[in-house]
Amino acid sequence: MNLVTPDSGLLFWMIVIFGIVFFLLAKFGFPIITRSVDERSARIDKSLKDARDIEERMASWTQKEAKMREDARKGQALMLREAAEEKNRIIADARSAAKSEADKLLADARTSIAAEKESALRDVRREVALLGVEVAEKVLREELSGADAQRAYLEKMLDEAAKADTIK
Amino acid sequence: MMAALLISLLLMLAAPVASAQEDVPVSEIIFEHIGDDYEWHITEWKGRHVAIPLPVIVKSSTGWHVFSSARIRHGEEYEGLRIDPESGKIVDTATGKRPLDISITKNVLSLMFSSLLLLVIVLLTARWYRRHDSLEEAPTGLAAAMEPLVMMVHNMARENIGEEDYRRYSPYLCMAFLWILLNNFLGIIPFFPGGANLTGNIAITLVLALCTFFTVNLTGTKHYYKDIFAPDVPGFLKPIMPVIEVFSALMKPVSLTIRLFANMLAGHIMILCMVCVIFIMAKYGPLLGGGMTVVSVLFGVFLDALECLVAFIQAYVFTMLSSIYIGLARSHGE
Repeated sequence: MNLVTPDSGLLFWMIVIFGIVFFLLAKFGFPIITRSVDERSARIDKSLKDARDIEERMASWTQKEAKMREDARKGQALMLREAAEEKNRIIADARSAAKSEADKLLADARTSIAAEKESALRDVRREVALLGVEVAEKVLREELSGADAQRAYLEKMLDEAAKADTIK
Repeated sequence: MMAALLISLLLMLAAPVASAQEDVPVSEIIFEHIGDDYEWHITEWKGRHVAIPLPVIVKSSTGWHVFSSARIRHGEEYEGLRIDPESGKIVDTATGKRPLDISITKNVLSLMFSSLLLLVIVLLTARWYRRHDSLEEAPTGLAAAMEPLVMMVHNMARENIGEEDYRRYSPYLCMAFLWILLNNFLGIIPFFPGGANLTGNIAITLVLALCTFFTVNLTGTKHYYKDIFAPDVPGFLKPIMPVIEVFSALMKPVSLTIRLFANMLAGHIMILCMVCVIFIMAKYGPLLGGGMTVVSVLFGVFLDALECLVAFIQAYVFTMLSSIYIGLARSHGE
């Protein structure tokens, strides 16, 4: 038995059969299997990557949302504060406007009252003066019926006038 | 484990004739199992030879001869041909020379069977992928079993040959791996249609190694040939390096041939020896014989388990080395 001498018949059959089987499998067997599996692994890789991307995007969205909410809250607070300030300002303005109006009315009223009063007082004074003149006329007519009395009175009047001048 | 038990069972059927009086012809038994034959010997049954006769196809000086091997089984002459008792091969009776012999021997039949089996298995697997959308479904059944093996080799090709053109070589590597693996396992199965020592036959491993050799050396890049014939080495090495490189390129297929052949052959011989121990010890009485039977069955089980491991490892090593050699031949330099 020669174990290390290749037998020609077996060599022939091995080359023929191995060749045929290899040809068939290389054409219809292995490429189909490996292509399908490669496609599948490519798809799995892509899906994993997509999932990771989506996760990242979700995380960034959540962050963005939180930030937006925070911004909105800040904006709201700011607006509320501004509105309150505006309100206060308007109220203060209105108040001051009303006050100044009232003051002006009051001042007008006061002036007109003062003017009225003045004119009323003037009238009264005139009336009183006229009445006084009439009364004095009547009294004088009564009293100055004599020449002495008239003279004395004249002198008295002159004194008084002089006195008034000096006072002035 | 089953295999070891079955081998012992088969030999128990075969043994009584031999072990009744004379010594057990250990080397004959072993060589019958690991060698080639013109018939497929199954067993001895009640002193009768149970074997499947196989067709003999021979072209001698008198032309083509096709007949059943049963006609020349016992050394008879038929159509001027007989089996030479020394070499066990068919020779021309007149001249004593070997004719052109492409008989369907035990190994050829096993080769046909295993190749057909591989063809069916892989085509059925491919059919699954053809009929199903592999993007939507996970493979089931045969496809699920074959996918990891095929993809293991495919990914090995990608790693060793490179992303660029590994797809061209992946089918050959898948084919070599699955073919060797299948035949290694079929060789461990001790009964028909397994049991032929195909991957432990040097003609088979030689063809496989030559396939790798030609794949490597016919598709090499310029850089690969430059490294062999005009490597960048100091001047005084220039005349020596090509000799060494050519020798190394030629030794690669030889090492591939011998590695697979020797490993599988040794495994077969070890298991057969373990089984033969039972029959050798039988004549030393029931105590020694029985004791050794237990020991050798245990060792047989161990060796069979080891052979299952070796069957895979050798297929893997052959494929890996092939892919590395191809990868080296496809290098484009730094």
